[in-house]
Amino acid sequence: MARLDVKIKDLELKNPVMTASGTFGYGLEFADLMPLDGIGGIIVKGTTLKPREGNDYPRMAETASGMLNCVGLQNKGVDYFCEHIYPQIKDINTNMIVNVSGSSPEDYAECAARIDALENIPAIELNISCPNVKDGGMAFGVTCAGASSVVKAVRERYHKTLIVKLSPNVTDISEIARAVEAEGADSVSLINTLMGMAIDIERRKTLLSINTGGLSGPAVKPVALRMVWQVAKAVKIPVVGLGGICNSKDAIEFLMAGATAIEIGTANFLDPAVSIKVRDGINEWLDSHGCKSVHEIIGVID
Amino acid sequence: MKKYLLDLRVKSVEQIHQRYVLIKLTDDKPLPEMLPGQFVEIRVDGSPNTFLRRPISINFVDIEANELWLLVAAVGEGTKKLALLKPGDMLNCLLPLGNGFTMPQSSEERILLVGGGVGVAPLLYMGAQMAKMGCIPTFLLGARTAKDLLMLDIFKSYGRVCVTTEDGSEGEKGFVTNHSLLQNERFDRIATCGPTPMMKAVARYSRKAQTECEASLENLMACGLGACLCCVEKTTEGNLCVCKDGPVFNIRKLLWQD
Ligand SMILES: Cc1cc2nc3c(=O)[nH]c(=O)nc-3n(C[C@H](O)[C@H](O)[C@H](O)COP(=O)(O)OP(=O)(O)OC[C@H]3O[C@@H](n4cnc5c(N)ncnc54)[C@H](O)[C@@H]3O)c2cc1C
Ligand SMILES: Cc1cc2nc3c(=O)[nH]c(=O)nc-3n(C[C@H](O)[C@H](O)[C@H](O)COP(=O)(O)O)c2cc1C
Ligand code: FES
Repeated sequence: MARLDVKIKDLELKNPVMTASGTFGYGLEFADLMPLDGIGGIIVKGTTLKPREGNDYPRMAETASGMLNCVGLQNKGVDYFCEHIYPQIKDINTNMIVNVSGSSPEDYAECAARIDALENIPAIELNISCPNVKDGGMAFGVTCAGASSVVKAVRERYHKTLIVKLSPNVTDISEIARAVEAEGADSVSLINTLMGMAIDIERRKTLLSINTGGLSGPAVKPVALRMVWQVAKAVKIPVVGLGGICNSKDAIEFLMAGATAIEIGTANFLDPAVSIKVRDGINEWLDSHGCKSVHEIIGVID
Repeated sequence: MKKYLLDLRVKSVEQIHQRYVLIKLTDDKPLPEMLPGQFVEIRVDGSPNTFLRRPISINFVDIEANELWLLVAAVGEGTKKLALLKPGDMLNCLLPLGNGFTMPQSSEERILLVGGGVGVAPLLYMGAQMAKMGCIPTFLLGARTAKDLLMLDIFKSYGRVCVTTEDGSEGEKGFVTNHSLLQNERFDRIATCGPTPMMKAVARYSRKAQTECEASLENLMACGLGACLCCVEKTTEGNLCVCKDGPVFNIRKLLWQD
């Protein structure tokens, strides 16, 4: 049994496997199907200051080895989260991390501040990369100035571990990563979904209600891996890697490319217990290759 | 209800129509409890195009034989692959999902089950469970022609069966909502599953007749667990997940204006 524990600033993960926001609900939906406390962390659904209804149906289209979604941050708002959901998840024995979104730096900061007060939420993941909402989301994540403004506002009011989730829909993702590092982000996670589109040729209509959506799943993995490798070389803070991870081999690739931890998203839909299998697979690989700790493989690719 | 991820064994695949197969699954262990109206998310392996699981209704559960039946219309790549399964093949199933139909409170209740196309699938299990409690259902089943009526003999073994066909080749001619039964009799509750235009017509009838009505929706799904929020339907309570809050909804909750 190799050592699997990793640290992201003050956040201690028992293993580097987490589940990605928007793909694992609040964890509770999967409780029958896998031991939630077996993974390093659960990043819950995107949460905003005010409730949001999200986009119209259809919000999903299957594509080759992936899917497009335009859910658009449907959630009941941070106050509902604190009052009704937090009590249900606070005793799950793993890191429960909240994914925070907003439409202005002040929004983000206020939402983050309310979550700062919750004892059993040790970290937030700041989503400056949602491609499916007009106001905010990715609008901040695609320029250094936008990304900096949000992280700066949040950093003033959030005191625990701050992970910033980056958009791949940019020319140079390392630049954005360096900008948020400079404003005090403790870690960056990447990638969020890639903007995409699909058309029903018989009906001559797009398959998604807002025409475009975010691509996820194994189709994006090579792009995500490349970006994680680039960003890991560009910043000193730990990098969390995600995008298309379906098995332990995929996960090990991300670790080798420089990720300290990984997240599993769309693959949860294919196999709700996949994250536990990835954890076990990493462990077995380390054992069979004579590694005593996962740290021996993190960032081995120059 | 507790959910399970099981590899079930294909016992038989019966081509009951040019486009439909009846798949019977089993397991060495007793199958979990399942409710009428609930569904299964099935993994179809082997192609990048059948990446997500496919939701299929629970057609029937034979407790003695430890069988789960699925009635599948081969419409696209995934369902066509399911139609090619062979006895002995394994199928990875996430089940049971969703809420299910409201069951009668007493054997006196008069319940009408209205189905069209492959939407008849969940009504068989519903009717069979009702019959078990001594409440005999009336099935109203619609199809294009006589040969498109599925599993009629089995439906008849659990209740009264009324039929409409669009060409009049069996039963009354027209759509289900044209059937004389709806003019001549009253029911305490209606449950419906089938193409959306049919369910909307049944909902219109129910509102006029002031009869409680539940419809089973088939929105596109990704997770099937209420986690991704892809399958939402607009309701009087805002966006609800068809996979978790449904697939069965009281029509009063749905924003079906027409
Ligand atoms: C709760 C629920 C219960 C269902 N029960 C049954 C059942 O008992 N038997 C059965 O045969 N089918 C059922 N369906 C529909 C079935 O899931 C789809 O037909 C199937 O997913 C199509 O997959 P495919 O790969 O064959 O087709 P694809 O190649 O994915 O699509 C082929 C065509 O089918 C349509 N389609 C895709 N998904 C759905 C969907 N969810 N609902 C309706 N049309 C769809 C597409 O728009 C397309 O036109 C159910 C759907 C839901 C949501
Ligand atoms: C249905 C769906 C909903 C998502 N919702 C969110 C969200 O609320 N916040 C967020 O930061 N990312 C969200 N994402 C993006 C994922 O967390 C992840 O970044 C992306 O899907 C890539 O990883 P994957 O290929 O492993 O899924 C969502 C993805 C999907 C498929
Ligand atoms: S399919 Fe994911 S929430 Fe319904």
